[in-house]
Amino acid sequence: MNAASWLLRRLIHAAGLLLAVLVLNFVLIHAAPGDPAVVIAGEMGGASTEVMDKIRADYGLDQTLPVQLLRYLGRVVGGDLGHSFYFNRPVASLVAERMGATALLVVSAILTAFVLGTWLGILAARRPRGLAAQLVAVFSVAGFAAPVFWTGMMLLLLFASTLPIFPVSGMEDVGRPKLGFAHAIDVAHHLVLPAMTLALVYIAQYSRQSRAGMLAALAADYIRTARAKGLGEGRVVYRHALRNALIPVITIAGLQFGQVLAGAVLVETVYSWPGLGRLAYESILRRDSPTLLGILLGSALMVILANLATDAAYRLADPRMRGA
Amino acid sequence: MTVSIGRRGAIAAAGAAAMPVAASAQGADPRRGGTLVTLGATTRHVNPAIQSGTPAGIPGTQIFASPLRFDDKWNPQPYLAERWELAADGKSLTLHLVKGAVFHDGAPITSADVAFSIGVIQKNHPFKTMLEPVETVETPDAQTAIIRMARAHPAILLAMSPALCPILPKHVFGDGRDILTHPANTAPVGSGPYRLTEFKPGESITLERFDRFFIPGRPYLDKIIMRIIADPPTQLLAMERQEVVYSSFVTTVRDAERLAKQPHIQIIDKGFEGIGALNWLAFNTARKPLDDKRVRQALAYLADRPRMLRVLQGGKVPQALTPLHPGSALYTTEVNHFEYDLKKAEALLDEAGLKKGADGTRFKITIDPIPGTVEATTGIAEFLRGQFKRAGVELELRVAPDFPTWAQRVAGQEFDLAIDAVFNWGDPVIGVHRTYLSRNIRKGVIWSNTQSYSNPKVDALLDAAASEPDPVKRKALYKEFQQVVVDDVPILFLHPFPYTQAAHKGLKGLPTSIWGPMSPWDEMYWDAADRR
Repeated sequence: MNAASWLLRRLIHAAGLLLAVLVLNFVLIHAAPGDPAVVIAGEMGGASTEVMDKIRADYGLDQTLPVQLLRYLGRVVGGDLGHSFYFNRPVASLVAERMGATALLVVSAILTAFVLGTWLGILAARRPRGLAAQLVAVFSVAGFAAPVFWTGMMLLLLFASTLPIFPVSGMEDVGRPKLGFAHAIDVAHHLVLPAMTLALVYIAQYSRQSRAGMLAALAADYIRTARAKGLGEGRVVYRHALRNALIPVITIAGLQFGQVLAGAVLVETVYSWPGLGRLAYESILRRDSPTLLGILLGSALMVILANLATDAAYRLADPRMRGA
Repeated sequence: MTVSIGRRGAIAAAGAAAMPVAASAQGADPRRGGTLVTLGATTRHVNPAIQSGTPAGIPGTQIFASPLRFDDKWNPQPYLAERWELAADGKSLTLHLVKGAVFHDGAPITSADVAFSIGVIQKNHPFKTMLEPVETVETPDAQTAIIRMARAHPAILLAMSPALCPILPKHVFGDGRDILTHPANTAPVGSGPYRLTEFKPGESITLERFDRFFIPGRPYLDKIIMRIIADPPTQLLAMERQEVVYSSFVTTVRDAERLAKQPHIQIIDKGFEGIGALNWLAFNTARKPLDDKRVRQALAYLADRPRMLRVLQGGKVPQALTPLHPGSALYTTEVNHFEYDLKKAEALLDEAGLKKGADGTRFKITIDPIPGTVEATTGIAEFLRGQFKRAGVELELRVAPDFPTWAQRVAGQEFDLAIDAVFNWGDPVIGVHRTYLSRNIRKGVIWSNTQSYSNPKVDALLDAAASEPDPVKRKALYKEFQQVVVDDVPILFLHPFPYTQAAHKGLKGLPTSIWGPMSPWDEMYWDAADRR
């Protein structure tokens, strides 16, 4: 199959998937207990029944669920993600404002996990019975077992309190100029702990995956042939074995994009990172369904794009896939 | 005839009189400059005219001025009104506005803005009783506003407080658009010491000094940045690391003690009398067997609140006894204290016909704690479960994952017992009556009379106290109200919230009036050595 028809087919699948995500999310969110009008009234300090009825009417909450769903789908198709009940602003602008921060966090975490995880996997695979391999195994188990929010709190205590190297919260120092190289350094400084928190569990996972892949690849005939032909060990490992060992890691990384986004909700809350995860947390607490649906739609879009990119990378890494 | 209780003279003089209270007491001259980074809270907007609560109230009181402000002894002080007269019959309040005061866009603040704002608050603020008797606001000239009321309304002075009566510009908010969703609620033109320069919902609120503020020389700070950090442990770390230098609401004793260990942090326990936050246990009096007063009293005898506070709060939080906050001038301790008495509790339950079954259980009920800190919510529920079990009452804990779930149960009156945090808001008319008046039983409305409590005597006492101009008689009426309500036990009062302020020691002039952080921060300044 050529690249254009492959892409077209994937895009059609993606559109159907997005529609399903929209409908499912809408139904699930509205099935949760809690009335947005009660939440708004609660924040107001209480409200009359008239005010609450007005809030429901203003946001169409007085309509039946199917009517609300159809209206919502109609708006989304027209490019309107709706209006936030809570923040009283267009959802599209709320999501757009925070998309960059989350993308920065998630991409940094995945890249860090991918590079470090793969490197640790190679390290462990080259000497499977060595100390490094044992340490990587212990780290992998610990990384898997630790919940993200706990890891976040531990890293904060260690590197922002006991050893005050990194800032506690936020994406930048308040009051500093928000332009130029100094600002980039400031953001990077704030990014380290959240990105590492999010990355740790995936470093563990990728290191195990790449270790297994490398062990299999290093035992393969073509590696033996490469060594017999007199190639250096570095060239054998990094040019020949790694390329094959990476394929499952790439696949997993792509499929896990959605999980990383889910992890971002906790990480952004712990570190006050001003992204979609934190907005999602605030929206859930306040039953702000339009905002939550907008975030979930954005997330679904990002996951689908990540999966597309994974498939593309897969085709690039393994020429045999180009016929699939 | 009128009784003048205002201070004569220009606001400059009033300001100069008020300012040294905070500044000179700390042995330093207030200096201009510096940025204050403080903790904020997520809010829909910053307009306190249409909503109560601290998230909007704290920034709102910096952005909007009010006719009056209060000192730490409940005395009204001049603010936008340089003087005022309350009529002897209590049916009118005349406000004389300071001359030359302007909004943040440069437009003059006039009596028409006062009349407009009172109209907006009366129509839209959730505290309906606060301005209920107001009939008209006359504006004989640009500097005079006369509030006419149908009856005497002693709460009117407290209703002129910063968090309750922000003066809005009529030329901005009076453009005919719906005030509840008006765009100026998040980008307001105000009248207070600071103007809003950036509002990032759920992230931060930035305020900058308004150079044409009507009190000369104030405010002192250049900028205030309210950072919203959702995670409580991260908030503490941010304070310890000085990323944030002021927390206007430290909510637990444990957190205050932890912060107090930091050499750069001072803890202030003043400034929360006006808000009057109480933690309580509400009974759904419409449900069996809680519709029987004897059953509620039995549970009150079982609760053993002093022990509860020792166990959960280390004995560092006093017990609440009545619907009024202990900081209120109307508070009384001459009520039934319901000291722990298992025998009395069992006798009352037997008398109510709730005998122990074969398994030792009399009946089962549920408890819904409002989501919050363990020691003020689920911890109390767990403690009560053990206490009630002693008399054969099974308590099932229903932990709500978040506020909407809890609020739906309580507002919908679908609960047996609920742990709730409710504020007095200065005068009982403003924040207390709503919980006990039988005409305020409104299903679906949170913080109404969700207990379905109805006692004609209480209704009569509250109505009489609401319009009683004589302070002594009024106090007597509220004393009787407290005694009746405590005895009826629609609510068992647990404790006032141990709120404190935590600030960098270099910060001076902290807000310690009865409204504390919900009053203007125009007196706050940085010590020269610590300024940032």
